[in-house]
Amino acid sequence: MEKFKKLTSTAVSLPVENVDTDQIIPARFLKATSKIGFGENLFRDWRYNSDGSKKEGFILNEEKYSGKILVAGENFGCGSSREHAAWALEDYGFKVIVSSYFADIFKGNALNNGLLPIQISSTKLTQLLTHLKENPKSELQVDLENQRLSLNEIGLDESFEIDSYKKMCLINGYDDIDFLISKKESIEAFEAQNQ
Amino acid sequence: MKKTLFDKVWDAHVVDSVPDGPQILYIDKHLIHEVTSPQAFAELEQRGITLARPEKTVATADHNVPTVNQHLTIKDALSRKQVEMLTKNCKNHNVTLYGLGHEYQGIVHVIAPELGITQPGMTMVCGDSHTSTHGAFGTIAFGIGTSQVAQVFASQCLLLNKPKKMRITVNGKLNKNVLPKDVILYIIAQLGTNSGTGHFVEYAGDVFENMSMEGRMTVCNMSIEMGARGGMIAPDKTTFEYVKGKEFAPNSQEWDKKVTYWKTLPTDDGATFDTEYNFDASDILPMITYGTNPGMGIKINESIPETNDASFEKALTYMGLKKGQSLINQSINYVFIGSCTNSRIEDFRLAASHIEGKQKAGNITALIVPGSQQVAKQIKEEGLQDIFEAAGFEIRQPGCSACLGMNEDKIPAGEYCVSTSNRNFEGRQGQGVRTLLASPLTAALTAIEGKIVDVTELELV
Ligand code: SF4
Repeated sequence: MEKFKKLTSTAVSLPVENVDTDQIIPARFLKATSKIGFGENLFRDWRYNSDGSKKEGFILNEEKYSGKILVAGENFGCGSSREHAAWALEDYGFKVIVSSYFADIFKGNALNNGLLPIQISSTKLTQLLTHLKENPKSELQVDLENQRLSLNEIGLDESFEIDSYKKMCLINGYDDIDFLISKKESIEAFEAQNQ
Repeated sequence: MKKTLFDKVWDAHVVDSVPDGPQILYIDKHLIHEVTSPQAFAELEQRGITLARPEKTVATADHNVPTVNQHLTIKDALSRKQVEMLTKNCKNHNVTLYGLGHEYQGIVHVIAPELGITQPGMTMVCGDSHTSTHGAFGTIAFGIGTSQVAQVFASQCLLLNKPKKMRITVNGKLNKNVLPKDVILYIIAQLGTNSGTGHFVEYAGDVFENMSMEGRMTVCNMSIEMGARGGMIAPDKTTFEYVKGKEFAPNSQEWDKKVTYWKTLPTDDGATFDTEYNFDASDILPMITYGTNPGMGIKINESIPETNDASFEKALTYMGLKKGQSLINQSINYVFIGSCTNSRIEDFRLAASHIEGKQKAGNITALIVPGSQQVAKQIKEEGLQDIFEAAGFEIRQPGCSACLGMNEDKIPAGEYCVSTSNRNFEGRQGQGVRTLLASPLTAALTAIEGKIVDVTELELV
């Protein structure tokens, strides 16, 4: 996993609530057996018509909006546990997702793929969504070490929560498997006692 | 310390705790399927490691398999590759696979309970969010992502923060024609799709105590639709009777010891929850959804609410429905009875009892997809297959099918489908499909009438 400390980037605003993972990556694209290339079909049915042409009006199809940060409405990533959703967002080029609420499984999947979910209050989120829509050049700053998200132009400077273990993993690029394998002895001791 | 059912099972599985961080939770059973496992196997191979406990892992092929001609080679190249990869990976890593052609094949959340793999007090995971189904047995069961599948492969453990606890109590007597599916659709409509985030839910009260195991599975299945990690129901006599004698249930020497332990699991009197909700059974009526998430549900005889917000309006536009409109008499062309929510034998017995001697309406295409080979066999043996076929329903072979439309079983764009599955998201059953979630009873009657009927007051024989 890539290390993550700080990021300054423009952002894309998607003011839709309850974005489920079926929208992020529809089931018909889950047939791949590797993790690569899912970005192409990110938000497939919102981005493209059935003949493959781009849908007008969808934010990712508007050239003026781009960046490594996606700001989305409440309860982002609900529904299916498919990690393909995190892979698709990451493969497309996003590093950070901002919302006022994340579904649990999605949040875990994102963190396991070096994608940082940042939760802020719904008032701040609305403010951010509106501002970004009109100011596509505005740059957001993410500082993971100090757990802050800021956008100077609108005086936004929010702290966000992250589990300290997960923060350490992201900053150092570690993943859970390495850690769990290192716990082999305790796991075997637990089994000996309980099985 | 007074403990809840969830505390008892969780605490019994904590291997270790990271100071200031997550806990290491031991996993008793790991269920896998073809769609969310290949990248996890690849991860192991990249690291040059093997499965830590292959004997605690069980595999099946369900999400992406055809539901016709399962004995033939799968036509779709990508699906075939996924299923072949699963077979190869299971063979290389010594994992038991109930693949196509096996008498135990079926939807992962249908087969584990019917084989007695699911038992009270266990921790179970699967790369599928409806793993919460197994909570019906007093099991901590939840869906995980593929990275976590790899973690369980590598260590039989997961790193997790202990979720919060919620109790939803429903007491009283259920109204006529109200099924377990209506109970859970009602709860989600009341609480909303993110009310459970960060929580594990315990369902308590006489409504669940009086419910069959299959009904309890339907309820726990949809816990994830209110955002909860999982749902549980305390194990009791109904649970023990269901598990007893199943293929992988504890044998007769172990049985008494296990039951003695299982009896200690229910929540202690006075134990506390982070969040509590209480509902009165008499307020619940047959339910149906009108929108694009499972929380957008109403009592079938109510009208669609008049809410003014952009997401709500977007959903109604997609559904082609209007605020304030009633769904009664809404014309429907497709009915799907299947999925891990409602594809067990009781669901089909109930549907068949209302279909017997009748014909589906001319405009209707009705799919019956059993949850497993064992259910399929039972449908035949009990004569239900004849009833469905005589009424013009199409019976398919087991799999997830039109629940997620990954195989050929997609509903055509723009069509309305009354479905017994668990998700009415945009495009879930195929691009542009408009899904209305309901119970097997409502689905069966819709198929007969060709439109939605108010089942609330119907006298059914
Ligand atoms: S039936 Fe539907 S919800 Fe259940 S496991 Fe299959 S795809 Fe998931």
